Amino acid sequence: MDFQVVVLAGGNSKNLTPLVSKELPKPLLPVANCPVLNYVLHQLEQSNLKDLIVVVEGEDAALLVGAWISGTFIDRLHVEIAAVPEDIGTAGALRAISHHLTAKDILVVSGDLVSDVPPGALAATHRRHDAAVTTMLCSIPVSGPLESGSSGGKDKAKKLGRYNIIGLDPSKQFLLHIATEIEKDARISKRILHAVGQMEMRSDLMDAHMYAFKRSVLQEVLDVKDTFQSLKEDVLPYLVRSQLKSEALLNRTPQGEENSNEKVSSQNNQAFISRILANASTPSFHGIYSENPDGSSSTRKTHKCCVYIASSSSYCVRLNSIQAFMDINRDVTGDADHLLSPNNIIGPSPKLGTKTTVGPNCRLGEGSEMGDKCQVKRSIIGRHCRIGSHVKVVNSVVMNHVTIGDGCIIQGSVICSNVQLQERVELKDCQVGAGFVVTAGSEYKAESLAKKEK
Amino acid sequence: MGAQKKGATARVSEDPEELARHPLQAILLADSFTTKFRPITLERPKVLLPLVNIPMINYTLAWLESAGVEEVFVFCCAHSKQVIDYLESSEWSSQPNFSVTTIESHNSISAGDALRLIYERNVIHGDFVLISGDTVSNMSLTQALQEHKDRRKKDANAIMTMVVKQSKPSPITQQSRLGTDELFMAINPVTKQLLYYEDKAEYSKGFISLDKTLIADNPSVILHNDKQDCYIDICSQQVLSLFTDNFDYQHLRRHFVKGLLVDDIMGYKIFTHEIHSSYAARIDNFRSYDTISKDIIQRWTYPFVPDVLCGSSAIKVERQGTYRASDVTLSRSAQFGSFTFIGQGTKIGTDTKISHSVIGERCTIGSNVTIEGSYIWNNVTIEDGCRLRNAIVCDGVILKSGAVLQPGVILSFKVVVGQQFVVPAYSKVSLLQQPTQQDSDEELEYADSTSGTGELRSDKLNGDIAPDLSETASELGTGGVGYIWTVFEGAYDEEWRHSVAPIPTDKLVKLMLDKDEDEELLTQDGNVISASRELKTDSDGNGSEDDDNEDSRDDYVSFEKEVEATFLRAVHENVKVDLAVLEVNALRLSYNMASVDCGGAIFYSMMKLAVESPHNSASELHRNAADIVTTWQKLLKSFLHDIDEEIEVILKFEEMCLESAKEFAALFPQILHLLYDKEILQEDAILRWADEKEGADESDKVFLKRSEKFIQWLREAEEEEDE
Repeated sequence: MDFQVVVLAGGNSKNLTPLVSKELPKPLLPVANCPVLNYVLHQLEQSNLKDLIVVVEGEDAALLVGAWISGTFIDRLHVEIAAVPEDIGTAGALRAISHHLTAKDILVVSGDLVSDVPPGALAATHRRHDAAVTTMLCSIPVSGPLESGSSGGKDKAKKLGRYNIIGLDPSKQFLLHIATEIEKDARISKRILHAVGQMEMRSDLMDAHMYAFKRSVLQEVLDVKDTFQSLKEDVLPYLVRSQLKSEALLNRTPQGEENSNEKVSSQNNQAFISRILANASTPSFHGIYSENPDGSSSTRKTHKCCVYIASSSSYCVRLNSIQAFMDINRDVTGDADHLLSPNNIIGPSPKLGTKTTVGPNCRLGEGSEMGDKCQVKRSIIGRHCRIGSHVKVVNSVVMNHVTIGDGCIIQGSVICSNVQLQERVELKDCQVGAGFVVTAGSEYKAESLAKKEK
Repeated sequence: MGAQKKGATARVSEDPEELARHPLQAILLADSFTTKFRPITLERPKVLLPLVNIPMINYTLAWLESAGVEEVFVFCCAHSKQVIDYLESSEWSSQPNFSVTTIESHNSISAGDALRLIYERNVIHGDFVLISGDTVSNMSLTQALQEHKDRRKKDANAIMTMVVKQSKPSPITQQSRLGTDELFMAINPVTKQLLYYEDKAEYSKGFISLDKTLIADNPSVILHNDKQDCYIDICSQQVLSLFTDNFDYQHLRRHFVKGLLVDDIMGYKIFTHEIHSSYAARIDNFRSYDTISKDIIQRWTYPFVPDVLCGSSAIKVERQGTYRASDVTLSRSAQFGSFTFIGQGTKIGTDTKISHSVIGERCTIGSNVTIEGSYIWNNVTIEDGCRLRNAIVCDGVILKSGAVLQPGVILSFKVVVGQQFVVPAYSKVSLLQQPTQQDSDEELEYADSTSGTGELRSDKLNGDIAPDLSETASELGTGGVGYIWTVFEGAYDEEWRHSVAPIPTDKLVKLMLDKDEDEELLTQDGNVISASRELKTDSDGNGSEDDDNEDSRDDYVSFEKEVEATFLRAVHENVKVDLAVLEVNALRLSYNMASVDCGGAIFYSMMKLAVESPHNSASELHRNAADIVTTWQKLLKSFLHDIDEEIEVILKFEEMCLESAKEFAALFPQILHLLYDKEILQEDAILRWADEKEGADESDKVFLKRSEKFIQWLREAEEEEDE
């Protein structure tokens, strides 16, 4: 397949502090003891998309990510690492590497996507419709702790107010409207509605941040609209908005592509034109229309915005918040354990003390040791951790090289690498940044603990 | 409210059998409450106008009877006597299982009034079908009724089921083939609940906005532009009481349906029922008259077609959809094209060509006449050599030889067109003079009943009208009788939209080109909005607020202009302060502004006036301002109820000094002092403003610094008081 893949891996995400740090950029954040980037790369490899550019924010992070990739995927994927400055947005990042793009179509995927939807399916949809852009939509994940049940999760999603409003045509193949914010009333373009007749507005779908672009279109847009910063907020809405009337900038696309557009008779835009022409019953009207100064009727520029809707049973979540991090860790070890790729090495069983119980849906890294009478439930513990006696770890993620003193109780928390928890520490819903030392006996609830940046 | 609640609880207790016991009732509105069929409707009610030679109301009644309705209440207002007389003399008054009762009113001006009146009569006892007397349909009600009843059992708030049908508006004119404006509806695909209804969409707006809660509450909403409202509603009794409770509801759709959709307190719901293979359409304007006539001739409305409906008069259907009554006198050389109807006793001369037209009863058509796409009613005389295209010719009209009707002409009753006279396209000709007093926009929609009754007719048609007519004879050529109604300005553009004639090609082309331009504009607009948003680094949520602000700001700007105009008028015409307060208050309500905004806007207008009055120096400007403030302090004061509002005035003033009226910048402390002296601003307000500004940027503090002395003085005064 003539597809080039751009993985937007990100760098130091503010949403994820204190989990990420200079030493641990976001792409390498462990999900079930395996960097999150691994999940995307694995899926791409499965779909035989092996020509990759991984874009990382910041030089240092790029080095770290590059080192990990070359160590893990050597000989399996053809990967280039590109470092871009921070805070230039997704569109900015693409603009920065635009000159590296050579293939006919570009697949852009976010590096924090944990999903079992094959990227190949998206690519195939894109090709089938010869679309300018194809985006993947998936059902809104149930967020929040598992106990709250599905209805509770739905409420939560509503409260978050971050889901998309998506307008689809009756065949559910074309994207007619997309808005990110629910906070304002949706404004739907009448022009597009006139053309299709009916539009289904969905608010239960989410833009999964995986797109396929026609390279020529993408480069033009990035080039001309130099204020565009975000793919999701700017580029995609722009393309959707202008799909019935591509602006001059798309005129430069090779004629061959445009022609192939017109062959697809099922396409709504073309149907629109033919309907206009059918309405004009008198032949003289035909004549006048084709004599338009704008050119003949067949050269009206349109482009297609398609969607690939993942089946509702598939798993698709982005790791873009601490809550999502917790959810993904829980799901990957629980309901969605098929995501764990084979190269997620599970080390030899760690040493456990007497009367220590490890519940289901847990994962213990190699070389970790636990004392007596410990309880671990629905948690992930990294490599080489030392855990004392009478320790309770529930619904938590403990990364590598963490020392936990006797009698600690950890619930719903994230403990980053090299953290030291002294005796009888109680943490509930906390995040502890790398290298932090929590003094004996302290209790924290819903706090974020991190070392001061030097 | 109380009555309605009682009604609701009573209904809940009813068991299904009890519901079923009621015979199915229908309310038929025999008045359209519009003026779209003028001038014809000045003389005859719309429901009695012949549609393919049969009065419209017959189609509606025949359908109601076939659909299982047992009791129909015909509400008549305009020309009520004619309707009642017609119904009494027709076969409808003597049907065994179908009772037709008329309800007469003389002062209803809208469907809302009609339903309120029917509510008072207390004749409706259960679910009923609400329909207007100009609807043609052959749908079966069984399924829709069943759905309605099932929903009602589950949810007492499901009070109405609207019948809709697939019909895509033209992409060019944005109107349906019935000539109605495009309609936007949002429907929940699962429950079929109607969530949004917009039939008077503004053409200028390139988008429609759906309320956010609507989308949040329904994971999937289908937005339709391809549906047509059939104006057949299955309603529960509550609908009537709702009209009574909301005495301002006039229009069934614009007020009632939209009112229910936006009202989330009572939680009433409207559902839709889509029909696919059956026919339902309402004659709303001349274009739909044309379309539906053609549909009837082409038998889409079967069994409600002329030969079935009037079985007695022996109308034969022939090849190519021609209908001919038995005793038509047709010359051998007359050509009689497809889809044409010729009524009883009509005589047609030699070499006359007729196609796609309806000719009524007892008409006399000469030779060499060409009739295309026209509707000729009864007793019409068309002399030799006339040419008619896409015209409606009412009863008793005489076209003298060689007369030409251009497309879209409407000739009302008994008009005479002179020899060789060419009636220009889209003319409406009547024996009655055009009502001179043009109703305001809103009244126009409901005005039919008030004037269009018998009095007008008797006044004008008897005696004293004769001299008028001779004077105007020239209007319709030699020997012509009638007035050509002038088209009102503005309405002229729209005339072709609803006309009986097809839309001319040049209009279509023009529309298409306009549309392209519009689209360009719209796309650009879209870019502007997004460009401004894209400049922000984190566009999460901020963008939306911005947009909202923009909207409200636009509102505010126009509000400010209105206030300014009001204020200037008050100044120049020496309006009393009390009246000015009233006027500003009215503006405030109509723009939905807070009194804070009023204070700011009035102050702005005052200061602007001061700047604009002639002055040479700062001191003169100060004096101007002082004069104005002294004169109008009461006006300003009446909108400043608390400290926050006063602070708002100061902030407004600051803004002015920075932007629109820089001359005041130097005078800032003086004016502030002036306002304090006049007791417009309390010291608390000024001090709080100062405190608030304390934390602001340096650039923001310019005026604070300038008025430092004054504030210092205020503070000291306060301290002294405290001591």
